[in-house]
Amino acid sequence: MATLVLADHDLGQLSPATARIVAAAAQLGAPVDVLVAGAGVDAVASCAAAIEGVAKVRVAQSQALATLSPEALTTLLLTLAPQYDAIVAGSAAVGRDAMPRLAAKLDLMPVTDIVAVHGPGRFDRPIYAGNAIETVASSQAKNVLTIRAAAFRPAGQGGPAPIEAIDASDVSALARFVAAHRTESDVPDLATAQIVVGGGVSVGSAEGFKLIEKLAHQLGAAVGATRAAVDAGYAPNDWQVGQTGKIIAPDLYIAIGISGALQHLAGIQGAKKIIAINTDPEAPLVKIADVALIGDLFTIVPALIADLEKQGIRP
Amino acid sequence: MKILVAVKRVVDHNVRIRVRPDLSGVETENVRMSMNPFDKHAVEAAVQLAEAGKADEIVIVSIGPKQANDVILTALAMGAHRGILVEAAEKLETLAIAKLLKAVADEEKPDLILLGKQAVDDDSNHVGQMLAGLLDWPQATFASEIKAGDGALEVTREVDFGRATVSVSLPAIVTADLRLNTPRNAALPMVMKARQKPLAVRPLADFAVDVAPRLVIEKVSPPAERPGGRKAGDVGELAGIIAAELKELEAL
Ligand SMILES: Cc1cc2nc3c(=O)[nH]c(=O)nc-3n(C[C@H](O)[C@H](O)[C@H](O)COP(=O)(O)OP(=O)(O)OC[C@H]3O[C@@H](n4cnc5c(N)ncnc54)[C@H](O)[C@@H]3O)c2cc1C
Ligand SMILES: Cc1cc2nc3c(=O)[nH]c(=O)nc-3n(C[C@H](O)[C@H](O)[C@H](O)COP(=O)(O)OP(=O)(O)OC[C@H]3O[C@@H](n4cnc5c(N)ncnc54)[C@H](O)[C@@H]3O)c2cc1C
Repeated sequence: MATLVLADHDLGQLSPATARIVAAAAQLGAPVDVLVAGAGVDAVASCAAAIEGVAKVRVAQSQALATLSPEALTTLLLTLAPQYDAIVAGSAAVGRDAMPRLAAKLDLMPVTDIVAVHGPGRFDRPIYAGNAIETVASSQAKNVLTIRAAAFRPAGQGGPAPIEAIDASDVSALARFVAAHRTESDVPDLATAQIVVGGGVSVGSAEGFKLIEKLAHQLGAAVGATRAAVDAGYAPNDWQVGQTGKIIAPDLYIAIGISGALQHLAGIQGAKKIIAINTDPEAPLVKIADVALIGDLFTIVPALIADLEKQGIRP
Repeated sequence: MKILVAVKRVVDHNVRIRVRPDLSGVETENVRMSMNPFDKHAVEAAVQLAEAGKADEIVIVSIGPKQANDVILTALAMGAHRGILVEAAEKLETLAIAKLLKAVADEEKPDLILLGKQAVDDDSNHVGQMLAGLLDWPQATFASEIKAGDGALEVTREVDFGRATVSVSLPAIVTADLRLNTPRNAALPMVMKARQKPLAVRPLADFAVDVAPRLVIEKVSPPAERPGGRKAGDVGELAGIIAAELKELEAL
């Protein structure tokens, strides 16, 4: 049969994670269809159709799907499930919310947060905040999966694949959406960024985080934060990296004033290179960093920004 | 309103995990166990709803070995009224846990079920959503704020783009994130009092639920080690390293 990938999108834009999820789904060995659910998502569908390896894009549009409520998504996916032997989403908020609900309805045990695919029913997933990797085998008739996008290389450009509309008129949401509180920023998507600059609680204030943002802007990087920094109100919650925040896998992670608690390390295990700036040479993050500079962030970061600028590195 | 709160006994989040040499799993013998941190926030939320006069009974349920009594007692000491332990010797999959919780909910008929958003051992982040599916109730996961209204809750959730507020009518499922509240530490008199509160121990066999595993865990391996690197001498050297790194990334 085939694999169905739930497209990840927001504000009318396809998220860069989708090409990674498609690449992971292709490793299951069956043709990959992409489902774009929402309202006003024609542009998202065209972008999805241009991903290499997509057989066809199915578009379900209705007002009930506009906020991607898990109840509405589950109702829709239940109607499509008989046509697929695997239903796959990213392990971001929408996938985490809807896929276990769907699996329970289908009387299936989902496999979530997959970081490696060894075949149609064999997967690696991290447990204990990434301190152990579990290899699981599923011989269920159907699989409901979520993929850690950061662990996979994105599929290239291909297609365009055919786009087909499907009926979603009888889909309804159980919860009523009241309001979105968005973090206003133009920084790249944290989950798929090539470079991430992260700040810890020692940055000291929301004002201090402007310094972290300035360096990030200069490098074209996304901004990350520790839970301690978010709790202190220095950074918005969607910047949190770690076991309970976002999982990132950038080519370069610059960790500024971050101790490296295991719950934070859980979010950065996929980083290729780590640079740490910290006053404490014994901090766990300094010990695992490829390069560390010991010293006060308030003197180092401004000097670093000036130095990089001298070398012609500006946004 | 009657609230059911699910709590799980897990390896304490401060313990450094060791994978067994034979790759059969993680060492759990003789390590400190405690209530899953997210579940403490769920219990606290229930107790606060009771203190605000919005809830009149809080029932705690845990599925696990006899020792899981400890975490139920912790919740009773925080202010919950009674506990149910569904005694299960072996580790169960999230689907089985959700089905058992549904069986308990069918008996107890709560108006609200609170859970942690995930357990820090398996990190599955499934049970609340699965239970909501099985009961056909609305779900509000990753909650950082709960406002109780008439027959409904307004829940603010932590999502990818920031936060979002939804309104769910009761009965409903809410899963707790860490910023929901600050869980209290029960004072000694409360801990003593907790021992007098009712705690029913129910064997798995009481519930007609198929708990046979659907998946096979082939092995559990340690993650790849990071060797650690070198120290940069000064800012100039670090800037050089970053600049070289940027060039390399641009070339890709
Ligand atoms: C269940 C649970 C889940 C959690 N989930 C997460 C998560 O997802 N993500 C997360 O990040 N945390 C998480 N945490 C919290 C985690 O345990 C740590 O508390 C947190 O990561 C610490 O953040 P920090 O490094 O900013 O602060 P600290 O640990 O306080 O470290 C501050 C660091 O800054 C350095 N420093 C101080 N001053 C300066 C200066 N002037 N210049 C340079 N360096 C300086 C210090 O040497 C220290 O290393 C979780 C905790 C629990 C219990
Ligand atoms: C053979 C086998 C294969 C497995 N394969 C997988 C797999 O592929 N993917 C996977 O994700 N997991 C797998 N597991 C792990 C298993 O699903 C979990 O150990 C268990 O079901 C609970 O999951 P969790 O703690 O991660 O729950 P979560 O969903 O993370 O927990 C959320 C909340 O649910 C409640 N809760 C959870 N457990 C209990 C409990 N025992 N009692 C009361 N409340 C509870 C708590 O409020 C908790 O905060 C497997 C287990 C077995 C035995």
